[in-house]
Amino acid sequence: MARTRTPVVSGWFTENAADGGGFRLLGTRCSACTAVFFPREDAYCRNPRCPGGGELAEVPLSPRGRVWSYTDGRYRPPAPYVSDPAEPWEPYTLLAVELEAEGMVVLGQGAPGVEVADLAVGTEVEVVGGVLGEDAETTWVTWQFKPVGGAG
Amino acid sequence: MSADVAVLGAGMHPWGKWGRSFVEYGRTAARAALADAGLDWTDVGSIVGADTVRSGYPGYVAGATFARALGWQGARVTSVYAACASGAQAIGAARAQILAGLADVVLVVGADAAPKGFFAPAGGERPDDPDWLRFRVLGATNPAYFALYARRRMAVHGDTLEDFAQVKVKNAAAGRLNPHARYRKAVTAQEVAASAVVADPLRLLDICATSDGGAALVLTSMDFARSRGVADPVRIRAVSTVTPAYPRTVLDLPDIATDSTTAADPVAGSFRSSIARAAYEEAGLGPRDLSLAEVYDLSTALELEWYEDIGLCAEGEGAKLVREGATALGGRIPVNTSGGLASFGEAVPAQAIAQVCELTWQLRGTAGERQVPGARAGITANQGLFGHGSAVVAVR
Repeated sequence: MARTRTPVVSGWFTENAADGGGFRLLGTRCSACTAVFFPREDAYCRNPRCPGGGELAEVPLSPRGRVWSYTDGRYRPPAPYVSDPAEPWEPYTLLAVELEAEGMVVLGQGAPGVEVADLAVGTEVEVVGGVLGEDAETTWVTWQFKPVGGAG
Repeated sequence: MSADVAVLGAGMHPWGKWGRSFVEYGRTAARAALADAGLDWTDVGSIVGADTVRSGYPGYVAGATFARALGWQGARVTSVYAACASGAQAIGAARAQILAGLADVVLVVGADAAPKGFFAPAGGERPDDPDWLRFRVLGATNPAYFALYARRRMAVHGDTLEDFAQVKVKNAAAGRLNPHARYRKAVTAQEVAASAVVADPLRLLDICATSDGGAALVLTSMDFARSRGVADPVRIRAVSTVTPAYPRTVLDLPDIATDSTTAADPVAGSFRSSIARAAYEEAGLGPRDLSLAEVYDLSTALELEWYEDIGLCAEGEGAKLVREGATALGGRIPVNTSGGLASFGEAVPAQAIAQVCELTWQLRGTAGERQVPGARAGITANQGLFGHGSAVVAVR
């Protein structure tokens, strides 16, 4: 049976950015003070010095950034992380990536095949679409990072 | 006149995995603190409970839960929650009541009964909760965040795995001497290196366990202490419970991203350093005045960050302090003389109270083999999930 491809969280990324740039994380930007938010903030601006009166508009985040830090998960995380307890645990890599234009650090899993040994603080990485997991009806789609032109 | 409050009593239930209710641990700690103060529960005008989110409703109303367990006697009640900073919030609330003249004697109690393994978020499908989302979307456990900080330190400051291991060795050596600690044996750097990697680069013995435990303090006005014949009690001189400043540029639990700097330049210094700075300003003293410090060593690497954040050394020099032995018992500025989380494991709402128990015993000169000679001033530092600062300055 074909599974439905569904974002693990709706509205946090697009697989077809409006600028033709492919996969991008989506945040929001306050029109009054230029503050950018990811995960998206749709109800209010959190900058305490925002003059107010602005609107929060969806904005694609930078497609590339540099590794701020990285680690891996050697043990199965607890629910609500979805994994099959009958299968051996496969560690994944977790990256914190600094986006220069937004001046923010964003967490994401490494793409399949990206190992701790492939990374260093400062490595340039790009955001790509990937699969977080599958159940009977759904393929859960998420964002992942991988080195630009490198491993993974 | 100063805004000091007196610490008349301190008490704990030993940390461990005892398999009983948090209420029992809290009640035991409370009775120990009352006995230490030479007071009866019926002398207490107000009780402040630090809540736990792991034991259902009684945990959310910990103040009343402990009051009921001790026997209803009509005291004013307060219950507070601020994750790991809950204990400091409880101390802060008690102090405010005393300084406002609302109560002369306040009992502060925190206790927890922790599950085995990783802390997990509250149940249900809650996509508007950052703590739920970080597990659902990333599987990002607490140790994953500790590991990100550790790796960052290695890259930016040149810290090594051996430096991290030395923190464990140091804290285990102190914890071995503490009857309230859960782990009471020496640990070698080789044992740390041989333990399993949990989240690269951190190993099992770099990361604090989750524990059961309970801690309590009896706080009073200075006048009350004198009326009981205690002329020179340990005094709490500052309680810092500050929030971060926007934009927050260091990734923190349970966030998936930092704030952006597009609208505002980052402020100088980290959130953690602002916690200590507020405490020092309120107390009118600084890091050079300290005899000891208790900091929140959720991981070995994080203890090194705290050295910098509380001003024991400049940024990036934390590892140098542990290499020199400056923060060990007998060193220039001993840190985590209790043995720290490395020896206790974390009993969340009790932990910040336990830190102040250790300061109390040290400042009284009754810490036994762990005693810092002539201790006159100490600071505790801690940080609660979602932006809760926590630091207490105590003096004698």
